[in-house]
Amino acid sequence: MTGPADWIDIGPLDAIPPRGARVVKSPMGCVAVFRTGEDEIYALDNACPHKAGPLAEGIVHGKAVTCPLHNWVISLETGEAQGSDSGSVSTYPARVAQGRILIEAGFLQMRAAE
Amino acid sequence: MTQKLIVIGAGMASGRALEHLVDADADVEITLFNAEPRGNYNRIMLSPVLAGDQTYDDIITHDDAWYADHGITCRFGERIDSIDRAAKTVTAANGDTLFYDKLLIGTGSNPVMIPLPGHDLDGVIAYRDLEDTHRMMGLTKSQKAVVIGGGLLGLEAAAGMAARGVDVTVVHLMGHLMERQLDEAAGYLLRKALVDKGITIRCSANSKEILGENGHARALKLDDGTELPCDLLVMAVGIRPNVGLAKDAGLAVGRGIHVDDQMCTSDPDILAVGECVEHGGQIFGLVAPLYDQAKVAAQTLMGEPATFVQKELSTKLKVTGCDLFSAGDFADGDGREDIVFRDPARGVYKRLVVEDDRIIGAVMYGDTADGNWFYGMIRDKTDISEMRETLIFGPAYQGGSPVDPMAAVAALPPEAEICGCNGVCKGDIVAAIQNGATDLGAVRSVTKASGSCGTCTGLVEQVLSTTLGDDFVMPTAQPMCGCTDLTHEDVRRLIKSRELKTMPAVWQELGWKTSCGCHVCRPALNFYLLADWPLDYRDDPQSRFVNERKHANIQKDGTFSVVPRMWGGITTPDELRAIADAADKYDVPTVKVTGGQRIDLLGVRSEDLPAIWADLGKAGLVSGHAYSKGLRTVKTCVGTDHCRFGTQDSTGLGIKLERALWGSWTPHKVKLAVSGCPRNCAEATCKDLGVVCVDSGYQIGVGGAAGMDVKETEPLVQVASEDEAIAVTKAFVQLYRENAKYLDRPYKWIAKVGLDWVKERVVYDLDERAALVARFELSQSIYQKDPWAEHAETRVDSYKPIANFTLEAAE
Repeated sequence: MTGPADWIDIGPLDAIPPRGARVVKSPMGCVAVFRTGEDEIYALDNACPHKAGPLAEGIVHGKAVTCPLHNWVISLETGEAQGSDSGSVSTYPARVAQGRILIEAGFLQMRAAE
Repeated sequence: MTQKLIVIGAGMASGRALEHLVDADADVEITLFNAEPRGNYNRIMLSPVLAGDQTYDDIITHDDAWYADHGITCRFGERIDSIDRAAKTVTAANGDTLFYDKLLIGTGSNPVMIPLPGHDLDGVIAYRDLEDTHRMMGLTKSQKAVVIGGGLLGLEAAAGMAARGVDVTVVHLMGHLMERQLDEAAGYLLRKALVDKGITIRCSANSKEILGENGHARALKLDDGTELPCDLLVMAVGIRPNVGLAKDAGLAVGRGIHVDDQMCTSDPDILAVGECVEHGGQIFGLVAPLYDQAKVAAQTLMGEPATFVQKELSTKLKVTGCDLFSAGDFADGDGREDIVFRDPARGVYKRLVVEDDRIIGAVMYGDTADGNWFYGMIRDKTDISEMRETLIFGPAYQGGSPVDPMAAVAALPPEAEICGCNGVCKGDIVAAIQNGATDLGAVRSVTKASGSCGTCTGLVEQVLSTTLGDDFVMPTAQPMCGCTDLTHEDVRRLIKSRELKTMPAVWQELGWKTSCGCHVCRPALNFYLLADWPLDYRDDPQSRFVNERKHANIQKDGTFSVVPRMWGGITTPDELRAIADAADKYDVPTVKVTGGQRIDLLGVRSEDLPAIWADLGKAGLVSGHAYSKGLRTVKTCVGTDHCRFGTQDSTGLGIKLERALWGSWTPHKVKLAVSGCPRNCAEATCKDLGVVCVDSGYQIGVGGAAGMDVKETEPLVQVASEDEAIAVTKAFVQLYRENAKYLDRPYKWIAKVGLDWVKERVVYDLDERAALVARFELSQSIYQKDPWAEHAETRVDSYKPIANFTLEAAE
């Protein structure tokens, strides 16, 4: 299920600043799409496992984001909370091709299971 | 039977393919067409020619004799106009039609010319061929050149011209140089080296148009209005595969001519190599893969099995004195980790990107001796788990066991240098300790060790520890965060003393342990840099907490609160109507009067922020900065205007203070108040700075608090005039901005430096007071602007979702 048709183009890479994030709205809630300082792209549920803080508003550092509400640090790669905190958020395959951000279409359905 | 092979284009790839064919004595009859009136030269060596290190003769790869010796028919200066695939013929510009059995296309690429207004003026060139190189070499000392493009080619052009005494400016669209090969830290070091060569570098600069005079380029204009005068303008922004001929012949083309792993195009009798091809979605600009393609193409032509495989690439810059190396990949992937090494004193930076115990990318600056060793491990996918601890130190350090750092320091001989900045060796430090300097501060003041860049602080402490044994207690100074061992105070001192003016400069020169900091240090560094270098540093929104990035306070449900400024707590019916209308229009669930004498609209959605700001702005309302580490409010009472006890115009002074201070960034929030008499209705005695008016003037107190701690202000000074009160306030705030630790309110900072130290500078030394006021006003000239108006105008998109699938799915 990783054929080209399964990737959804959500916009140009330039639409997200380095070390920044934007939100994609879906019927099941929001997905936060992050761009690191190295131009990697990650997609995670936009809700911190702690108190559902909007991760897209956090400070991005290395391959992690710090939740703006209570400073939980969440790995962009695994969705796991770092350090002594525990919990995780769902992650979705995302990549950049020819300057466009692509997210695997599954994120539109998978979220129904929550 | 001898095959007829026609080659179109005498470039580096097709030239190499010809070499393979003649070396193997292939049974082919070769005709070589080239539109340029010459044979093959080594294009990548144009930079050394430009710099004067080599001549054109040095870089010719095949001369006329070589072609003659190998029976190759050369038709230089002749263009092929068309290919007839059905008849298997090509037609040259002069009308000659030649039959082929096999055709090899090597039409190369064209430089991309940005279609700026004026790009067709005389004096605007690319950096591609010998003619371009000659144009650059024709510039004389102190003439001016502008290079658009801070990539490999642009920088080589810039350095080559600078070496000839030309005044060169490089204009680069991205935030750092060579962003495709280097990360920010290495880009910073490269920039520093080029600036040392006298080259002016302007990053994040967008070209707008080329200005001309009598048909010749005169200057480049940037979109911020800056004009960069130039006698020659060089565009080095990339290449575009030259596919026209192949496309007209009906071959499959994308960005380049599509080829398979055997370098065959969609027509099996036509092959293509070099910069004109596209393989697996990639196009190629570096020489190594072109040579690989040439070899495969030659083997395919000879009927031998061969496969072109894309490999990781490595890059070196051919600029004397700029030692950099980049290989592999550091983007797009999961599960990657960084190993970072920095040696600020030597200007060395090394970073390895590791995935699944294998190195997949390497960036090095300053010391690239191990570059090929790392490149080999990237290529061979070597498992590095066994040598991970010492990997970054290179091949010379493999095989040993990790040592205890204390034992290492204890084992150092007395003449071993500990502090490189001040030339202090271990023996000097031990002698100082034995003479009574038993802590870090004392050793620093006696020997100067660790007093400059501070990076040897840990070593000095270890010498103290090994010399004193149990008598030494390691100091408990708190480092700023996990990214550094330095304290906030150290970092502030070093940013000033070493004139560090960018975030990557701090990371590199102070030896940050992470690639780009964390949520603790980045906001602090951003503040320190903008407070200390208001003219040089550019604010980084991505290093700010969300409230300061979005100019509103985030609430627990992810909505925001909006607080417009009410100067001194004074408002008007029109302002109140605008606020009420906005609350209705944007369904604001809660409207609250704040403790700072203004109105808070709570529960506004992110995407509505720019619109509500624009509406409020029409009524003259600006950001109240209720979200910032900056001036919040100046609370006032009504003073002499209405109050029967008022001694001075407290409201008027409050408004003047708020007008003077708003928009300034400070280490933590700053709240002021002005009371019109000692009854103190504005509660001025628990503010960061409070003014209490009396008959004879204005009593100014500082360092109050009414939050986690409750504290009364301490008297700073009494002054006779409003102007003096305003000057003292500005000077105090500036002193706080320049010296306090990030997130220390003024009362905490004063407890550390002492009120007398503050008084000395703000009250007694009038020159110092004036200098502080001048520095504050300089900073305000840049930072005092309404962010709401700016964002409502220019940054609306950043407040919205990048995509919205809720509507589609509902269908």
